Parts: sequence; C-alpha cells; structure tokens
Amino acid sequence: MTPPSPPKNSSLYSLSPGPSLFSTDHRAIGRQYLALALFAVVIGTLLSLLMRAHLVWPAWAVPLYGPILPEGYLSLVTLHGTIMLFFVLTTAPQSGFGNLILPAQIGARQMAFPHLNAASFWLTALALIVLLASPFVPGGAAISGWTAYPPLSAVASAGPGQAAGMDLWLASIALFAVASTLSSINTLVTVARLRCEGMTWNRLPLTVWGWFTAALLSVIAFSVLLAALLLLYCDRHAGTSFFLPTGDLINGVIHTHGNGSPLLWLHLFWFFGHPEVYIAILPGMGLTSMVLANFSHRRVFGYRLMIATTLLIGLLGILLWGHHMFVAGLNPFASTAFSATTIAIALPASAKVLSWIATIWRARPHYSSAMLFALGFVSLFITGGLTGPILAQPILDEYLHNTFFVVAHFHLIMAMAGIFGLFSATYYWFPLLSATSRHPGCLLSERLGRWHFWLTLVGAYATFLPMHFTGLAGEPRHYAQLTEIPNAAGRMLAATVPLNLHITYAAIFLAAAQLVFLANLIRSLRHPAPSPPNPWHATTLEWHPALHPRARLDASDALKVLRGPCDYRTPDSGKAFFVTQWNHEATPDIKPE
Amino acid sequence: MLPALSTIVLLPADASAHGPALDHHLLLNLWIILGLAAFAHVLLLAGLSLRRSSQPVHLWTIEYLPLALLAILFSALAVRAEQLWAETRYTGSSPEATQIEVTGLQFAWYFRYPGPDATFGTTQPRFASAPEGNPIGIDPADPHSADDLVTSELVIPADREIDLTLHAQDVIHGFAVPELRLKQNAVPGENIHIHFTATRPGIYAILCTQLCGTGHYRMNANLRVVAPDEFQAWIAAREKAAHP
Repeated sequence: MTPPSPPKNSSLYSLSPGPSLFSTDHRAIGRQYLALALFAVVIGTLLSLLMRAHLVWPAWAVPLYGPILPEGYLSLVTLHGTIMLFFVLTTAPQSGFGNLILPAQIGARQMAFPHLNAASFWLTALALIVLLASPFVPGGAAISGWTAYPPLSAVASAGPGQAAGMDLWLASIALFAVASTLSSINTLVTVARLRCEGMTWNRLPLTVWGWFTAALLSVIAFSVLLAALLLLYCDRHAGTSFFLPTGDLINGVIHTHGNGSPLLWLHLFWFFGHPEVYIAILPGMGLTSMVLANFSHRRVFGYRLMIATTLLIGLLGILLWGHHMFVAGLNPFASTAFSATTIAIALPASAKVLSWIATIWRARPHYSSAMLFALGFVSLFITGGLTGPILAQPILDEYLHNTFFVVAHFHLIMAMAGIFGLFSATYYWFPLLSATSRHPGCLLSERLGRWHFWLTLVGAYATFLPMHFTGLAGEPRHYAQLTEIPNAAGRMLAATVPLNLHITYAAIFLAAAQLVFLANLIRSLRHPAPSPPNPWHATTLEWHPALHPRARLDASDALKVLRGPCDYRTPDSGKAFFVTQWNHEATPDIKPE
Repeated sequence: MLPALSTIVLLPADASAHGPALDHHLLLNLWIILGLAAFAHVLLLAGLSLRRSSQPVHLWTIEYLPLALLAILFSALAVRAEQLWAETRYTGSSPEATQIEVTGLQFAWYFRYPGPDATFGTTQPRFASAPEGNPIGIDPADPHSADDLVTSELVIPADREIDLTLHAQDVIHGFAVPELRLKQNAVPGENIHIHFTATRPGIYAILCTQLCGTGHYRMNANLRVVAPDEFQAWIAAREKAAHP
C-alpha cells in the first residue's frame, strides 16, 4: 500500500548521518544560516550604534579604539549596510527559514541538492569572514558604502580602505553572490520538483510563494551583480576600463587608457540592488499572510490574488532600478519611464495590505507574539511603503534623493518590516527551530515576547520616523559630521542636531529592547518547555507529525495533501474547527493560550 | 493648510523659480500619505477591535475598488510630478542663460565663468594642480582660457536663468542646493547640464550628496544670489583682479 521508500543514497534524498558541522540536512543548514544571521545582526546593530553616537557626540572616543575619524565613519556605513543587507536580510529569511521550513511545507524531506546546500552555507560563512577581516588590513575597511560606486571603488588611491579593504569587500560579495545563486537554484528546483502528492501550485502556502519568487529574483539579480563585481575587479587589477572614463584624475594619478562610464556600474548594481530589497521582504510578506490567517482562524483573504501580487511584485521589481538614478545622470525621459514602473508596484503592494486587513477584519485574533510581530510588519509596511510613491516621483526625488528621508523610508519598509517578519517567524516556528531528533522542541516565552514586541515597535518608530524630518530639513546621508562644518552648510546641518540626538537615544533604546529577545532565547533553550506537536493549530505541512525532526527521516508514510492551507471553519453551531492540509477530519479549534 | 505643515516639517527656505511648485506638490504628497497611513491604521485597529463576525468575501469591494481609487490617486500625483519634471529637465536652457561650469573634486567645488569671450577654455587633467592655482586643469595654451574666472564660491544674479555644466574630476559627486531644490550628480567623463532661476538674494549651501570619500561631509561651498547689477559689478571686479 505504501510506496517503497526512496533509496537511501539517491541524490534527492541523501540523508545526513546526524547533526554535524558539515551537515547536509536542510534543518541543520537552516539553523547554521540563522546562527550566522544572528551573529551578523548583533555586529551590524553595534556598528549602527557607533555611527549614531558619533553623529551626535563627535568627540567621544570608542573604548580600546579611540575617536571615530571620517574614514572610520564611512567604514561603519559600508560594513553596516553590507552586513545587514546581505548577511541578515537576505540570509535569515531566505536561506535560514527557507531551509528550515520550506521542504516540510511542500511535503519534501530534503532540499533537492543537499550537498550544494551545505556548500552554499559555507561559502556564505566564508564571505562573512572575509568581510569581517577587511577592517584589519592596512587602510581599513572599504569606505564606499554598500553600493560601491566607481571611480571611488575602482581606484585604490581614492581613499583609505579602497585598496586591500575594497578588494576584500569585492571578494566577500562575490562569494556571497555565488552562494545565493546556488542556494536559489536549490530552492527553485525543490519547489518545482519535490512537492508531495496533491501539493498543487495553488495549494502552496504563501510563504513558499514568497521564497520561490525571491529565489527567482536572486538567480536573475545575483548573477548580474557577480558580473559587475568581476568587471570592477578587472578595472582595479587587470587594466580594463569598464567604469573608468579616460582622463579621470584621482589623487594625482590620471587614468589614460580606455574610456568607460561609472553609470554602467549604477545600472548593473541597481539592476541587482532593487530586486535585492524585494528578496529581503518577500518571505516576510508570505509569512505575515500565513500568520495573520492562522491566528485569525480565517483563510487568507484573496488567496490567489496574493499569489498573483507576489509574482507581480517580483516582475515589477526587476523593471524599476532606474529610480535610484533620477539625479545620477540618467536621461530625463528614462526617469519618467522608471517612475511609472515604480508607481505601478505600489498597486500589488497595496493589494497585499488590503488583503491583510480583510483577513483580520472582525476576526478577534489570538494575540500571540508571532501574531503581534506580523501585525507590526503590516503597520511598518504601510508607514514605510507610503513614502515609496513620493520617492518614485523624479521631481520630488530631486529634493529628497540621498537625504535622511530615504534612509527613513528603507529602514522602515525593508529593515524594520524585514526584522519584524523575522521575529514573527522566530516566535512562530521556534518549536521547529529548537526541535532535534531527541527533543520535541520548545516555545519561546509569550510574556517576554509581548514585552519584546511593544518595546521594539515603539523603538522602531521613535528611531526612524524623525529621520523623515531631518531629511526634509536637508540632512544628507553618509555625512561623518554635522557640527563644525564651514559655510552656509554648517548652519543647515547644525540645525538637525537636536532631532538627531533624539534619534540616537531612540536607536539605543531599540537596540537595548533586543536584550529581551536574547534573554527569551537563552531562557527557552536553558529551560525548554516542550511544545505541543502543533501549538498554533496551523494547517500547513511543517507541523505534520511525519515531517517533525523527531520523526524517522526515512519514514515511508506517503504524504498526501488534500486541500489548500488555512482551512478554518465555523459551522452554525458556533464551534470552530481547523482542517490541516493532510487530514480528512476537522479538528476542534480551541484558541491556543 | 499646506503652509502650516511647511513650518512643521522645516523645509528650508525656497529661493528658486521652480521651487514653490515642487514644495506644493511635495506637501500635497505628504498630506495624502499621512491621511492614507492614518486611515489604514484606523482600519487595522478597528478590524482588530470589532466583535467577531464572518469573514468578508467581496473581492471587488475590498480589493479592486480601493485599488482602482489608489491607481487613480497615484497616477494623478505622478502626472503632476512628471509635468514639473518635464518643465525643468526635458528641455535645455534658453540661449541667453548665464553659463557657469561646476567642477567637483575631492573635496571641493569649483565654479568657472567663461569671461567676456563667453567661451570656456579647454581643460586637461595633466594641467590640474591646486597649489599652482589651476585646480580644474585649464589649458593655458587655449586662447579661450585667458579670461576664464575660477572661484570657490558660486555667485549668480537673481531672476536670471543660469545654466550649469557639471563635471567631476575624480569620483562621482552630488551637486545639491537644498534651498534651490536642486540636485544632480556630477559624473566623471560626462557633461551634465541643469538650468534654474534663483529668485531670492541670499547665501545658500551647496552640498555634496553623493558619497565621494573621506571628506564627503565637508565638501561644500556657498551660493551667493545677488541682484543682477551687483553681479555685474562683482564679476567685473573679479575679472580685473584675476586678469589685470
């Protein structure tokens, strides 16, 4: 009756001998990615606090280091952006939770290419090590920001950190691009080939749609980034001139051979860079949809529309990179075209918000920590997203480009919404994250979770809302100093200091609030309270007993999916039921406490 | 109502001809998104607080109708923005506009006036030397160079159209004058033009808004907008001092 279990050494189902450092088990790799991202987010946050402190207390000397010099500040900018974008916001949602949860959600027991998967992780880890080594080479870390515009990034003499530090930055991001491309191919093949019986595309959870679309974007975007990085490397070391115009004079050295254009880099970089921000946020969107439905005991409102908008955001996401270049020397007619595609993406994004509101509308949901963070995601997505259409208008961008208004926009919609998605995922999936073959997994403390949520929400808004105002007042990004600046600019910048002081205090508060989360993590791991098998009454397959980490991996039960996710029913009797994707019978749905 | 917000958001003074329309459109946008954000949050909180009822089902009224309204709203804003963009960017300056060349280099802005012959001398990077008083590399052999005037402060007449040619000598720099609502990168290897008219005399900040290296934060200059006759007197005096 049951089909024969797949041969143990077949490539699609190769099983790891047990937890080990070089495991090919998707859960072990997912945990490794998450541990890496947790380490990276701690570093990235501390770097941002140094930046905030330096802006308002420029004379402050960092213990064991000394005062922060302008080049030090720009290194902080570069490392903070690079670490957060790549090693946190790309790594954790897509590779971390993707590996941990995705196979089970489609009824697979492994990723399609387990060895490739492990190789991707170790390349990512190597990339992070290379990046973190860069401050310790002569000249220090690169100072050209995560966008690395040439000629600043193409010529070693353009500034401290642009020699060995920049080479390490390029090497790190090239490694990361290779790892992400491989990992995304793995995700795409896994979703396309390893869905269990009955798991049609329409029945895929929206989280899987998020990971799938982000992986599509990754393959397209990271391959272009990798090409751009190689071209830049050739400009630096092989005498080419892809990005260097003839006659460029940097620090007394004239570039005489070849005639390239820095604008080519901007096109290639932003062709990657803009999809990258959707790669960071699409998994969070999918998770938010599923968590809101789960705790509202409802179906996701407009499920197929949600799938369509996810794909549409992915498609439009690769057509609007030029909005980063309105004042960069782009043809003004092209700006108009890119403005139109950018405004257009507001519509699928708005459709998602409407769906989320309709899903929770008069649902009296259960406010678990995961639900609170998903609601926080919606709030931050609205607040951060609405400034998008403003920045999409070239004439307004002419005033706002590279001011703190932009910093506020992308920190709310990408960084904060992204982090809220990650926290929601952590609280929601912690039983699966902490489960091993011996332990059933445990829950995080809900009480600490609620404290963590409210403190983080207040901290996020208190930090990033005021940045809109310093930006409107004219404060540019990437300024190492706001005081003791000569000329009329000095008055303009000094006027923003009081508000900047507030932002710095709020940032310290926001960072300190994360100690509650760390305490919660440590507490739960030291005194694990065993989790029930399906603590949130979820309907999706990752909670299937046969797919639990404790289940025997070569279990031969055939998995069969009977329906779409989020089947919650309230018959006329008033008693609520939920039906899992794999079960025939409805289970009484008592709200979890 | 709109001016009230401008005092709250502390937009700097507006001293250019195209600025008031830009400010008006910006404030209109800010009011609209403030309203939308508030409305969305009210809906969210109301949906969470109201008594449980059955799930809404009407895709048309909940999704497509609001989306159509948002599409109309965003399109209208975008069309207006494109009109303003086209006015300032789609066409070049008029032939009578005052020509000034701007060069960005690590970490200073230099401004060049073409002098009585109305023609800029050519520049060569090999001549560039700040200690020798030729930071932008004017070719001394070019006859048009002799009357060129290079300054580290941009002085322009009010109510006259100005055409700037932006250059960068080394890396990308961002030429920005917040009080004139102007921003345009200067890119090595490119000549990029922007044109505008300043309306209000005063001293304003010229910033660099594209990360250009260690001294990025202190790369700035003053823009002095003066009455046209004062401008003529200033440039005559500077010409006399530079080329006696």
